[in-house]
Amino acid sequence: MSESVIAIQEFTKRYDDFIAVDNISFSVKKGEIFGLLGPNGAGKTTTLECLEGLRQPDGGELMVMGIDPQREPAKLRNIIGVQLQTSGLPDSMTVDEAMRFFSAYHQVNPRFDLLDRMGLIEKRATQYHQLSTGQKRRLALSLAITYDPPVLILDEPTAGLDVASRTELHEIMQELREAGTTIILATHDMAEAEKMTDRVAILLQGKIVETGSPRDLTTRGSGLTKVSVRSEGSQLHGYAGQFPAVSQQNIREDYMVYFTEDPGPTVSAVLDFLNANGDKLIDLRVERPTLEERFLEITSGGEES
Amino acid sequence: MTAFTTHFLFEFKSGLRNSAAMLVNYLLPLGFYAAMGFIMVEINPTFRELLLPSMVVFAFMSSTILGLPNPLVEYREAGIYRSYKVNGVPAISILAIPGISTVIHALIVSTIIMLTAVPLFDAAAPENWLAFIGVSLLTAFAFGTLGMLIGVISASARSVVLWSQLIYLPSILLGGMMIPIALMPETVQKISGLIPSSYAMQAYFGLAFGQETVIVPWLAVAVLAVSGILALLLAIYLFNWDSNNQTRRASPLLALLVFIPYITAILLGFVL
Repeated sequence: MSESVIAIQEFTKRYDDFIAVDNISFSVKKGEIFGLLGPNGAGKTTTLECLEGLRQPDGGELMVMGIDPQREPAKLRNIIGVQLQTSGLPDSMTVDEAMRFFSAYHQVNPRFDLLDRMGLIEKRATQYHQLSTGQKRRLALSLAITYDPPVLILDEPTAGLDVASRTELHEIMQELREAGTTIILATHDMAEAEKMTDRVAILLQGKIVETGSPRDLTTRGSGLTKVSVRSEGSQLHGYAGQFPAVSQQNIREDYMVYFTEDPGPTVSAVLDFLNANGDKLIDLRVERPTLEERFLEITSGGEES
Repeated sequence: MTAFTTHFLFEFKSGLRNSAAMLVNYLLPLGFYAAMGFIMVEINPTFRELLLPSMVVFAFMSSTILGLPNPLVEYREAGIYRSYKVNGVPAISILAIPGISTVIHALIVSTIIMLTAVPLFDAAAPENWLAFIGVSLLTAFAFGTLGMLIGVISASARSVVLWSQLIYLPSILLGGMMIPIALMPETVQKISGLIPSSYAMQAYFGLAFGQETVIVPWLAVAVLAVSGILALLLAIYLFNWDSNNQTRRASPLLALLVFIPYITAILLGFVL
């Protein structure tokens, strides 16, 4: 798991006077799902496009499995599978033709089993312009993994997908990871990043402001853990005292909600209080700060790294 | 099946599936041919001498100058070339395969014209059919590569119309397809020396019909061949994968170099 499959060192990309990516460095290990997060214009897609060989970097070094995308584009084609954020296929190309077309260029047999897995087998004769957004996304992913690339680059893969398609796509990503595929994923969807990625980098105005696992990132922030308690006698609602580590509290519907820096002592003290007062616990929920909350904190300037 | 075959079969089928492509590949040239055969020949019996070569040239122009550039631009604007690039489809295939499939559609139409013009409309038949076919293939190549170049340099579908019509309309009016170049005023003859169809028509008349020409027939062949090669090289050189990434090797104005053979022919006095 320690081998770096993608290595980016001091990478910079400019568009005229605008610096889209400013001297960033990170690496992605074999078998990892690595998330690139950031608001629009943060430099995610530019970074991916330079990795894919679609754009030329202005400085630094990008390597994918030891291959420089600019110097050896032909070698790169069979080791990366790419789902672009903005791309398409000819309107009149059928699903079947698309599979045959890209398989032929990668010199592999068409993988119609993937179309079956993606729920597109019934659409084999359907032309691209007749597919829904979700079907187009699923087709793009099928084409990207037809030749079993060791590295998969996904740019907003679930944008426009319904819940079932998202879940299916997440399952496929998990399977690919288990099979050893390294995945780099750019997404706006924090829940997706939290659920799917091993590590993330948060980009802001072309710079990396945070890296780490989603859990690490959320614990690094100033976010408080939320403890929600509902009891039969609602004894907590009238309690005027302060539980340990609690900095805020309020009542939401039948729940007493505590915001705590250290949930362990808070929960213990709440349970002791209920026992001591003869109240019966109905529901207790402990919710850690989400990646989305941490992301908003970082992108709104709540913390400088 | 090889990548080339798969790609070619798709492009060829696209030319039949797509209604706009079907129009310029088949309906327009065959419709115009029928109209010229039924009406023009009746009005002007001397048009029989022009009918076969002019309608074949018209078929090539319709497919390549009107039909080929649009999908090249639309594919680029829709990000299709980006998908192609990340999947290893080379630029030469992106240009050459639609070019070849378009030319094959035009050859099908021109074969229909060759087989029917004489029996249906009493059109003048060439003395040398082999030369006629040879000149047809060369004309297809010259217009096919010119169509590619227009597709490559056009920034949008709107500019395709502009560039295409700059070639298409003068070719019909001044390129010897409706009125023989020999009957045009001398100044207009010089202007027609800038138009590819003039050279195609002169090559047909000189080599396939054995007639007197205002442009030396083999020179016309050479000009078409050189301009075709130039257009192909310029199309490859100026090719751009991505509408969002305007970085090009050179200015699209470099495409004007494709006129060098025509200008040279005029300056050297080969266009009489």
